[in-house]
Amino acid sequence: MRTVYLDNNATTAVDPAVLEAMLPYFTEQFGNASSMHAFGSAVGAAIKAARQQVQKLLGAEFDHEIVFTSGGTESDNMAILSALEASPERDEVITSAVEHPAILSTLAHLEKTRGIKVHVIPVDKKGMLDIAAYRAALSERVALVTFMWANNETGTLFPVVELAELAKEVGALFHTDAVQAVGKIAIDLKSTPIDMLSLSGHKLHGPKGIGALYVKRGVRFRSQQKGGQQERGRRAGTENTPGIVGLGKAAELAMLHMDDEATRVAALRDRLEKGILQRVPSCFVTGNPHERLPNTANIAFEYIEGEAILLMLNRAGIAASSGSACTSGSLEPSHVLRAMDIPYTAAHGATRFSFSRFNTDADVDHVIEVVPAIIDKLRAMSPFWAGANEKAKDFKPVYA
Amino acid sequence: MWDYTDKVKEYFFDPKNAGVLEEANAVGEVGAISCGDALKLMLAVDPETEVITAAKFQTFGCGSAIASSSALTEIIIGKTLEDALKISNQDIADFLGGLPPEKMHCSVMGYEALQAAVANYRGEEWQDDHEEGELVCKCFGVDAGMIERAVRANKLTTPEQVTFYTKAGGGCLTCFDKLEEVLASTNAAMVTEGLIMAEEAYRLGSVDPRQLKTKAKPGAAKPKTDIDQVMAKRPPTASAMPPASAVAAAPSLASTGRLTTVQKIRLIEEGLEEVRPFLKKDGGDCELIDVDGSNVYVKLSGACTGCQMASVTINGVQERLIAKLGMPLRIVPVS
Repeated sequence: MRTVYLDNNATTAVDPAVLEAMLPYFTEQFGNASSMHAFGSAVGAAIKAARQQVQKLLGAEFDHEIVFTSGGTESDNMAILSALEASPERDEVITSAVEHPAILSTLAHLEKTRGIKVHVIPVDKKGMLDIAAYRAALSERVALVTFMWANNETGTLFPVVELAELAKEVGALFHTDAVQAVGKIAIDLKSTPIDMLSLSGHKLHGPKGIGALYVKRGVRFRSQQKGGQQERGRRAGTENTPGIVGLGKAAELAMLHMDDEATRVAALRDRLEKGILQRVPSCFVTGNPHERLPNTANIAFEYIEGEAILLMLNRAGIAASSGSACTSGSLEPSHVLRAMDIPYTAAHGATRFSFSRFNTDADVDHVIEVVPAIIDKLRAMSPFWAGANEKAKDFKPVYA
Repeated sequence: MWDYTDKVKEYFFDPKNAGVLEEANAVGEVGAISCGDALKLMLAVDPETEVITAAKFQTFGCGSAIASSSALTEIIIGKTLEDALKISNQDIADFLGGLPPEKMHCSVMGYEALQAAVANYRGEEWQDDHEEGELVCKCFGVDAGMIERAVRANKLTTPEQVTFYTKAGGGCLTCFDKLEEVLASTNAAMVTEGLIMAEEAYRLGSVDPRQLKTKAKPGAAKPKTDIDQVMAKRPPTASAMPPASAVAAAPSLASTGRLTTVQKIRLIEEGLEEVRPFLKKDGGDCELIDVDGSNVYVKLSGACTGCQMASVTINGVQERLIAKLGMPLRIVPVS
């Protein structure tokens, strides 16, 4: 059976060149970079090279601004905790309603345990930030502003450079969770006032278990993981050399493929959206179609539920993702779609197709071919569906 | 990815009885919009015999919701309304070879739709009294609502009792903090309502979860058996089951010579006789083999053998005997 992987915002396939670069660091190059012998020095050089590869991808001014971590979640946690510790006279944080749980859960925890005040800035129906609310929340009590660069579910981009400039005006640190943006869109940190940025290896065809936090030179930083002097004392623990080398290689390849991502991949995504919207009634694209990642399409199919769609797609060899409650095990549909005020009956049916450079035209053809029948079949079973563009008016369930 | 059984997949991909039943004379419409489920169950009921002659469904929901709806229709077609009403959500889950704990609510929705449809047929108003809470125990699929109901109905005041009644916490025990929180907040509300005394209420952090030994057997929580009810009537002082070491260390009344060996054995036999009917109800049994000092050797048989709840049963029986004889005892199962 033909398999089509369109869940690249969840994770990506490791590029074969990345794996090849990593392999020696599991075998002959097993040394500890801190060691005073040949085994250590070779590894130290490889880590330095990887740091420079990541530096280039981010357009950072210095390679020492890159701190390797275990991934996006650790980087996000580290940025928040460090910022609060480094600015003890400030006890407020500003974030958005559509952030990843790595940000929102951490802040909710700190709100509960340390009494910090968290301003959660809402978004509009297209997922764009309410700038007026953001401006109103800014004050000299704010230690950190953290906004994601690109949304993982809809691909919507926040204007982080402008948002960072506003944060500067009150002297707050600015962090961005750029896990979905890095490798997909051009980034040049040295020309921005962004203080910290999180990235994750496995979202850009690198390995899992490796990520980085960019910390601009001069930003006050407080280490969170205590121990040895690795990463200039900012993140203790013997370096994950194979992971770091893999991330470096993935960063190098991402730069090479950046144009392809912006043109060919975006064209695939657009063709998929158009093809589905033309063939399936009562569905719409969520997010801001003009300000978003080139690889992400999030289509809400009304009156049916996302997990059922995914199971049907899976049987047709297509891997996608859903904002439905049932796929996560929680009772609520995606907090991102709810923040965008998308009705429950559509939010539960929102399906995300996320591309990578490994997708082809044939992939898109296959999806366009099988999706209409799947949607038809599920709608025929749905009590909310009474025909194209019409919700069943006589269905009035007793709600629990 | 959910671990669905082949039966769930079969009933999802090729559901039986999906669609609209034109001749329906009983319709149940239920749903929980927040968790993305809604079900319309349509039945054709023979007015003479009250037999369900046809059933169809329409479902907005995930794979297991659709499969549960379809399974429900298959189970009830050909049954009388009376028999159909005896079907529980567990029966629906069992028909499908089980559902993941997070998905048990799908079978509950089927159960509720049936209740609603029968009420509709009889011209009654069906009131939904099902409350769902956050899933607490992932091993056994027990949510906060179920724990709260069990705590209230049985005046539970210790985490171990909660495990005993609901199975929550009977597996990996990583839910202990949450379980303890639900218990404490429910107890606090019960104190305000005058249902229990303030000093009986569970206090957060007063039990060390490392001391909890209770393990529950796999499968979703089933209704309490009568032996549970008996044990719930234990005096409050005995509500926390003493660890075996504590029992052994307690001063032995037997050594004071208050009971002769014959008296002791007679009382133990009497106590066991009182418990046996309840064990038998669950398909098990136990018999007294020997008494040696404070050790009571019993042989468990039938469903008790190999049952992971056996240790719970033994603890319960032990407490019962302790209360009866007024002396510390230790039940030792022998094969």
